[in-house]
Amino acid sequence: MRLKLTSEEKDMLDGKQGRSTQKSMEILTTLGEIFDAECMIEVYSVQIAGVSYANLGEAGLEFLGEMAEDGKVRVLTTLNPAGMDRENWQALGIEKEFAINQNRAIDTFAKMGIITTCSCTPYLIGNAPHFGQHIAWAESSAVCYSNSVIGARTNREGGPSALAAALTGKTPKYGYHLDKNRHGQVLIEVKVPVKGTDEFGVLGKIIGDKLVELGKKIPYITGISSATVEELKSFCASVATYGGTALFHMEGITPEYNMYPKPRDDIFEINQDNLNKTRSDLIDDDIEIDFVSIGCPHASIHEIATIASLLKGNKVNKEFWITTARPTKRIADEAGYSKIIEDAGAKFAADTCCVVAPIKGRFKGIMVDSAKACYYGRAKNKFKVKIGTIKECVKEATI
Amino acid sequence: MKLEGRKIYKGIVEAEAIVTKDGISFYGGVDPDTGKVVEVGHELEGQSITGKVLVFPTGKGSTVGSYTMYRMKKKNTAPAAIVNEQIDTIIAVGCIISEIPCVDKIDINNIKTGQKIIVNGSEGTVEIK
Repeated sequence: MRLKLTSEEKDMLDGKQGRSTQKSMEILTTLGEIFDAECMIEVYSVQIAGVSYANLGEAGLEFLGEMAEDGKVRVLTTLNPAGMDRENWQALGIEKEFAINQNRAIDTFAKMGIITTCSCTPYLIGNAPHFGQHIAWAESSAVCYSNSVIGARTNREGGPSALAAALTGKTPKYGYHLDKNRHGQVLIEVKVPVKGTDEFGVLGKIIGDKLVELGKKIPYITGISSATVEELKSFCASVATYGGTALFHMEGITPEYNMYPKPRDDIFEINQDNLNKTRSDLIDDDIEIDFVSIGCPHASIHEIATIASLLKGNKVNKEFWITTARPTKRIADEAGYSKIIEDAGAKFAADTCCVVAPIKGRFKGIMVDSAKACYYGRAKNKFKVKIGTIKECVKEATI
Repeated sequence: MKLEGRKIYKGIVEAEAIVTKDGISFYGGVDPDTGKVVEVGHELEGQSITGKVLVFPTGKGSTVGSYTMYRMKKKNTAPAAIVNEQIDTIIAVGCIISEIPCVDKIDINNIKTGQKIIVNGSEGTVEIK
């Protein structure tokens, strides 16, 4: 075996630092051996997925409970969205039994010292690594954002491996932690202007689908002249959902685009026809919309301000959720946006989202500005879906 | 016959083999309460893997599958050991947290359902009796 451990890491593996640390190090060293890592590296922070009770179940909860007996996180660690808003779950139609179980899970994470801001956008609320830092994150959209937009380094962790990294502060050095695995593989030339969270999501689906077809993972994208944080987070969520992509380079936008050679072999162009066709793929025929949701990934304060300005003086006529991180909701409260939004009849769903909440079959058709939400709306919740701009979503909710 | 592979999780177990050429998804593909494969159209559909050495090429499906394996271990429905051609992270993590002996890098064509085999997860070997 190639993996070399420091004396501290050996102590962890031998159980000298407690059972949870030992179990964590067993997970990490085994993964290190499978993927041929030379050593372990320290991570700056961890993002843990697998928080919704709907996904964890009793099995996951039992495992977490065992790890929480003597496990404490050693680095900054945040959580993915849960299955419900922790304060407002009743108004959102969540069953009491589910709420009790969801809180058991979150309390178990808290016992280990994890910060229980349940959000898929940790980079907007204080879990913000800088360029080149090694991290161990789960949550595919946040993995893609931190690798690509920030230039931090993480593999796509699962729930247990992310927890193991948190409890030891380490991860095996393989995959995206190494320069040699971060080169672009496919050149994507975008020949048409792209604007808005919805359109960046459509672009993410086109590129993601193409990567699956080609069996490649890392696109190098040209032709994007500017992109906001909100557009990039929507793109990340989409390309990760449809393509399994954990890293992309975007010329002039992302920090590593000129660190590695531009791919020359596989070249693929995107034009207006591609955008139109894929957009129409994300609009189901005969859709009857009874649910509108914005905030996949979690809405930023900028997006909430936009929604508030669009809703001011209007009334919504459909179930309308704005899903966001609780700290962002608190800023919206302070700024007066929450009052405008709630006075209009829309609801905040903090800590959760339309992907992980247990709402399967509760609605007929959902309108969103997110291509990722379209995928899970169909696959997981059995809704018909329609993608549109934030403005179109708000309009739909108020007619 | 003794096959040399790679150790994934420690422990020595002797049990009957159940072999499939299909991948296994523990999340959704196996019922943790009964220990039976429930994936529609799977080669082992309807068969119990409890207490057997489960031999298959590699894992597939959701990462939640690791937790399903843990639940099976707690409910005494888990396989006694696992042998793979090429391990994936879901099965590896599942074996570690559930303490199920596991070896990979084995040519599974050498193993037949019903054979008594010894899996040595500490040495990374599989012996067919």
